Amino acid sequence: MDIRIALAGNPNSGKTTLFNDLTGSRQYVGNWPGVTVEKKEGKLKGHDDVIIQDLPGIYSLSPYTLEEVVSRTYLVNEKPDAIINIVDGTNIERNLYLTTQLMELNIPMVVALNMMDLVRKNGDQVNAKKLSEKLGVEVIEISALKGEGSREVAEKAIAAAKAGAVGSRASVITGKAGEAVKEIEDIIRGSVDEKFLVWNAVKLFERDAKAIEALDLSAGAKAKIEAVVKACEKEMDDDSESIITNLRYNNITDITAETVKKARAKHELTVSDKIDQIVTNRILGLPIFAVVMFLIYAIAMGGWNVSIGTRATDFANDVIFGEWVPGFVGSLLGALHVGEGTVLYGLIQDGIVAGVGSVLGFVPQMLVLFLLLSILEDIGYMARVAFVMDRVFRQFGLSGKSFIPCLVATGCGVPGVMASRTIENERDRRMTVMTTTFMPCGAKLPIIGLIAGAVFGGSPLIAASAYFIGIGSIVLSGIILKKFKAFAGEPAPFVMELPAYHIPSVSGVLRATWERGWSFIKRAGSVIVISSIVIWFLSNFGTVNGQFGLVENLFEDETVVTEEYVAELADRMNVPEEDVTPMDASLLAGVGSTVSPIFRPLGFGNWKPTVATVTGLVAKEQVIGTFGVLYNYDAVAEQAVDEETGELLFDENGEPVKAELSEEGDEIWDRVAQDYTPMAALAFMVFNLLCAPCFAAIGAIKREMNNAKWTWAAIGYMTLWAYVLAFITYNVGGMITGEFGFGAGPLVGIALIAIIVYLLVRKGYQPDESVKSLTSVSANAA
Amino acid sequence: MKTLKDTPVGETVKVVRLYGEGPVKRRIMDMGITKGVEIYVRKLAPLGDPMELNVRGYELSVRNADAALIEVE
Repeated sequence: MDIRIALAGNPNSGKTTLFNDLTGSRQYVGNWPGVTVEKKEGKLKGHDDVIIQDLPGIYSLSPYTLEEVVSRTYLVNEKPDAIINIVDGTNIERNLYLTTQLMELNIPMVVALNMMDLVRKNGDQVNAKKLSEKLGVEVIEISALKGEGSREVAEKAIAAAKAGAVGSRASVITGKAGEAVKEIEDIIRGSVDEKFLVWNAVKLFERDAKAIEALDLSAGAKAKIEAVVKACEKEMDDDSESIITNLRYNNITDITAETVKKARAKHELTVSDKIDQIVTNRILGLPIFAVVMFLIYAIAMGGWNVSIGTRATDFANDVIFGEWVPGFVGSLLGALHVGEGTVLYGLIQDGIVAGVGSVLGFVPQMLVLFLLLSILEDIGYMARVAFVMDRVFRQFGLSGKSFIPCLVATGCGVPGVMASRTIENERDRRMTVMTTTFMPCGAKLPIIGLIAGAVFGGSPLIAASAYFIGIGSIVLSGIILKKFKAFAGEPAPFVMELPAYHIPSVSGVLRATWERGWSFIKRAGSVIVISSIVIWFLSNFGTVNGQFGLVENLFEDETVVTEEYVAELADRMNVPEEDVTPMDASLLAGVGSTVSPIFRPLGFGNWKPTVATVTGLVAKEQVIGTFGVLYNYDAVAEQAVDEETGELLFDENGEPVKAELSEEGDEIWDRVAQDYTPMAALAFMVFNLLCAPCFAAIGAIKREMNNAKWTWAAIGYMTLWAYVLAFITYNVGGMITGEFGFGAGPLVGIALIAIIVYLLVRKGYQPDESVKSLTSVSANAA
Repeated sequence: MKTLKDTPVGETVKVVRLYGEGPVKRRIMDMGITKGVEIYVRKLAPLGDPMELNVRGYELSVRNADAALIEVE
C-alpha cells in the first residue's frame, strides 16, 4: 500500500522548496475541492509508493481561515501515515506554535528544521538534539534551498510511517487547563477515535465550532464539557481559546530558551531589516512602489521596445498563429485535398486553429508576467505591496495586493485575472477576479477609438472617461459587493507576516511561473476553444434562400442569391440593398435580431451592434472587425497601396486589392455615425467595456474561481453592471444632452442611480460576532 | 489605557491584555502576540496605517484598528 506523508508548515518556511526537492518534477497541481486554494501532491523521488501531500502554508489549526480548515480536514479525515513539519530555523518560536498543534493529532511526525545554513551564517545556534528531546518528536536540520538533509527527512518520515508508533510527546497544555483537558478526555472517551482523543479534547476546550459540529456529542456531554471549560475560564480569568494560545507560547518560550542561542542583540538590524528600512520607508515607500509597478508594466504589458511580454505575445498572435500555423495547416489541408471554402477547412482554420491560437497567444505574455510576480513573491516584496497599499484598497473591500491585477488588466485581463493568485484571502481574491476586467484592456481600446472617432470627433475625453468608468466600476463594485453576505465581514484581518527578504531560487521561480501558465492552458483552454468554435459556426453558417450552409459559399451561387432574395434580406435586416453581405444571412445575424430588443432601452437595440457585442466575446477587438463586415466596409474600401513602392496593388486576376480595415475602423466611421445618437454610441461603448469579458478572460475567471457558481456569478454581475451603467448613460445622459425629453427611460435611469447610491451607503450585512470567520470557510469542511 | 496603537515608533512595550474576541483576536494571538510578550514598534506604512512590529524575532504588520485592541504597558 502507498505511504502518504503530509507536508505542513508556516508560509515562508521554505515548504515549497522542500516539496520540489522531495518530489522533483513528478507533481500534480490542482485545487482543494470547491475552493480556490491550490492543492499539490507528488511522488517522492526514488519511491513510487510514497506520496507527498503538500498542505497550504498555515500558522495555526484554528477553524477560521480556509487554508487552516482545509489542512485540518485533510489531517483528521484522511489520516496521513506521517507528517513532515517544516520549521523555519530563523523564526523558531512562531513556527513551533503550529508544531505543538500538529503533535496533538497523534500522527507520526518528523520536524524538518529548515534554513540552518542561514542560522549558522547569522552566528545563531539551535540545539536540534535537545529540541527533539523536549518535544518528543524527531528533529532534523536541513537547508531545503541547498538540498541538504531533505533525503534524510524523507527517510525518517517513511520509517516513522512504517513504525506507526507515536512516542511520548511533550504536552504544552499544562497546569489548570491541562487538568480541564484531561477531564474532557474522560467525558468523550469512547465516543471519538482514540487516536484523536487529545486533539478533540483540546478543540472542545477551545469551543471550536468545527470540531463540535463534527463530533455529534450528546447534550449531556456538551453540558458537562461546558461546565469544565467555564470553571477553568473563571479561575484563570481569560477565555478558553486565549488560555490555550498563551500556554502554547509560554511553553515554547521555555523550550527555545534552552535550545536556541541568538548571536544578535534584540532589535539589531539584519540585512533584510536594512533593506526594508528603505523599501517601505515613509517617504520613499510609495515612489519605490510606483517604480516597481511601472517596471512590471513596462516589461510585461507595455508597448515599448523593452516590453518583452507584449512583443512575445504579438509575435505569437501575429506570426506564429497569424502566419506560420495557418500556413502550415493550410498546406497540410491542401495536401489532403481539403480546399479553401469548404466546411472542414473553415472549421479547422477559423474555428480550431484560431481558437487554440487565442489560448496559446496569451501564454508568452503571461509567462513573462508570472516570472516577474514569482520573483517579487520569492524576494518577499509582495507582502510589502500589501503593506504599502492596504490603507487605500481596504476602503473598498479589496486587498493591497489587488493593485497588481488591476494594473495588469489595463494591458490584458487574462493575466490580470491570473495575477490575483497572489492574494491570500479567498474573499479578496474572488472580489478581485470579479472586478478586475472592468479595466479597459488593450483590446478594448479600438472600441473606444471607434466610438470616439465616429461619433465624438476623436475627443480624448472619451478615452479618459473609459478609464474613469473602469476604475470607478471597480471601486463602486467593491463597496457594494462587500455589503453582501457572501463578501461580508471585515476585509481579511491584516495581521500579516513581513517575511525576511531573500534571494529568489531560480528553479523555484521558473517552476512557479510554468505551473501558472500551464494551469491556464489546461483549465481555461477548453472553454476558450469551444466558445470560439461556436461563434465561428454561428457567424459563418446560415440559411440563404432556403438553403443551409456556409453563407459565404451560398452567396457566390447566383441561382440561390436572386435579386428578389437580396431585396427581401435587405428589407428584413434593414440594410440598403447594395450593402447586403453574406453575414446578414448568418445564424448570428438571426440571433442578433432576436436578442437585440434587450438593448433597445440602451439605445442600440439594433441587430448589428448586438452581433458585434457577441463576436466581441471571442476577442474584444473583433467588435471593430464585425462592424467592418456589417457596415460593408468592402464597398468603401480604397485600393491597397504597396507600402514600399507606393503602387496600387492588384491580385493575380488583375482585380484591385482592397486595403484592410484600420484598427479603429476609420473608414466606416461615417456609416456607423449615421446609425447612432451620441449617447447611444456612448452606451454601446460602456456596455462593451464592462460586460462579460472575452472568452479567454472568462476561461481565466473559471480557472481562478474553481467553481461554476462563482464563475457564473462573476460574469452575471459584470453583465448586469454593464447593462445598468449603459442604461443610465443612454437615458439620463440623453435627457441631459437634450436627445429626448423626460420620460419613462430617464425616470428609470434616475431610479437606478438612486439604487446604486443606496447600495453604496446602506449598512449592509453585519456578521454575527460569534460565527464570524476570517474568510468564507466552506460549510462542508470539518 | 495605553494601547499598541498609541506606542511611538522605536519603542518596545509589553503586552498586558488583548481585547476583542473571535477570529481577529485568535489570529493576533496565533501570530505570537500574547500576554507578556515584548513588542518593538518598527515603523508605520507610508500612508500611516498599518504598523510594522517586531515580535518573537520576526516582522509582523497589524492595522492600527487592531493594534487598538492590544493593551500594553
